[in-house]
Amino acid sequence: MRSLWRWFAEKWVFLLGLMLLGYLFVPIAVVLLLSFNQPGSRNTTYVLDFNDLHFTMDNWTNMCGAAGLCDSLQRSIIIGFCATVLSTILGTLISFALVRYRFIGRGATNTLIFLPMATPEIVMGTSLLTLFIGAKLPLGFLTILIAHVMFCISFVVVTVKARLAGLDPRLQEAAMDLYATPWQAFRLVILPLVMPGIMAAALLAFSLSFDDFIITNFVTGTSGYDTFPMFIWGSNLRGIPPQVNAVASAMFLISFAFVIAGQLRTRRRSARRAATS
Amino acid sequence: MTDQDLCIEGVTKTFGSFTAVDDLTLTIPDGSFFALLGASGCGKTTTLRMVAGLEEPTAGRITLGGLDITRMRPYKRPVNTVFQSYALFPHLSVADNVAFGLRRKGVSKADARGRVAEMLDLVQLGQYGSRRPAQLSGGQQQRVALARALVNNPEVLLLDEPLGALDLKLRRQMQIELKRIQTEVGITFVHVTHDQEEAMTMADTVAVMNEGRVEQLGAPAEMYEFPASAFVANFLGQSNLIQAQVTGQADGHVTVDAHGNRLAVPAGRCRVTSGSALLGVRPEKLHLAADPAAVPQGHAAVGGVVTDASFTGVSTQYLVRAPWGSELTVFVPNSGVTAPQLPGAEVHVHWAPAHSFLVGS
Repeated sequence: MRSLWRWFAEKWVFLLGLMLLGYLFVPIAVVLLLSFNQPGSRNTTYVLDFNDLHFTMDNWTNMCGAAGLCDSLQRSIIIGFCATVLSTILGTLISFALVRYRFIGRGATNTLIFLPMATPEIVMGTSLLTLFIGAKLPLGFLTILIAHVMFCISFVVVTVKARLAGLDPRLQEAAMDLYATPWQAFRLVILPLVMPGIMAAALLAFSLSFDDFIITNFVTGTSGYDTFPMFIWGSNLRGIPPQVNAVASAMFLISFAFVIAGQLRTRRRSARRAATS
Repeated sequence: MTDQDLCIEGVTKTFGSFTAVDDLTLTIPDGSFFALLGASGCGKTTTLRMVAGLEEPTAGRITLGGLDITRMRPYKRPVNTVFQSYALFPHLSVADNVAFGLRRKGVSKADARGRVAEMLDLVQLGQYGSRRPAQLSGGQQQRVALARALVNNPEVLLLDEPLGALDLKLRRQMQIELKRIQTEVGITFVHVTHDQEEAMTMADTVAVMNEGRVEQLGAPAEMYEFPASAFVANFLGQSNLIQAQVTGQADGHVTVDAHGNRLAVPAGRCRVTSGSALLGVRPEKLHLAADPAAVPQGHAAVGGVVTDASFTGVSTQYLVRAPWGSELTVFVPNSGVTAPQLPGAEVHVHWAPAHSFLVGS
């Protein structure tokens, strides 16, 4: 009894950690499992009944089988791509302005840039809708894109700014001292060093855009330009097609592969560094 | 004077209401090792940055070999800088760091490679070309920064406290190394430092700066032996400065009254010849005598009591309280000639008048 108690005293943090990981990963595991299941009827897509599991690859081989699924996925990817490119460019430029230059309104900009992050999405969604209707802008691709770029910019600015603030300002001076024009100094020294921050910001922007439902739901209106999250929400009312599980699993596996590749690269680089020094 | 001198003419730089450099005029001869020495905030780094083109003077002119470079962009100047924090490009290899300037000037990749290898050999880093700066020690990074600037064969090399981040032993080693490289390449070096010993060891000419102005300019030994002001006397080494009043001149000497002692200073070693002044003597030029009869003929002497004696190996450093209350520092070489004095002993501090100097108070 006593030794059991001691064992527990030593291992409780470890056990707690294990439970927490389970808490995080069980939902993903369920989706992965269901992506290989042939449900009895549409209403049971999300019912995990171990007596009623039928293995199938159909959900994976026939992802576009569900009406509207692949169209909405394509829309989400297009919107996500455009929003990422635009918000990353604009956000990066804003970060450079905020870190490198002193101008009137800099302090205010620094604070206000956080506002879209702090505003509840439901509020932002309604106000954007009011704005678009007031401006007589037809709801659809353009309004969704404007909304997404708008809420992604703040996150890009915060991410890139952190990287840029850590950069020694003397590097730019050193480059200029070594005959680099301001543009060459930017392209050859500053940009490569800030790139990891910009890439992180872009990934963040894409996942924010791809994932957004509340704001998108407001600014899509009845245009029919339904993104993937809207498709799932819509089909939830009738019964979710099982292919959604396959798409969700695929998305998870792709991100997972990215993370693993990144980890391997860092590890290999530090191993090489250790070997040469 | 040759045509390639660097001339700073009446240069002033203000930041808001703060004057960093105040009407500075300097001529730095071609091929010399020139040190700008001063405490932090004296304007020495600002001066360097104006020569590099990283700051623009508020007023005045900077010329290099007769060419006005006052408002020339930094990347157009034939001047390179070794930065205080080195500012090496962390994403480039050591060789690419060194090749950076050459490549920007349009030197081909193949030509640059040869010159980079040569330069890395000069700073004894021939094996390290493929490494990243982060994989090098502080001293090695410092050498890369030096190689990166020197490889461009600039008219003037600017060094901004280049040894500040190194430990004492490495700093001594790099001082000798830098001096060797300067002699080898013959480029004008302008070295900014707050370390008086460093400036004196390395430079042909030292300019002591204070509050944006040059207090004194000259060869290190000359300035040490005969400082122009109390500031220089204290900044360049240690000095005993005694408050004195000039009483007259006779036989090529200026006589002063220092707290009731009548002392003489050769006229040629007086910066002031009237009014109140400070009489200065370097601690190593003061001697101690237990007996007044032991004070040599012609030496000036004052009595005092030893308050502290610290043995430092090569010498013993005494503090002697003079009758007027202030303490004199005396370095006695540990050559075994005289017996050590103990605190509380009554002594006579004496010196040759030719070793004293008189500066304005």
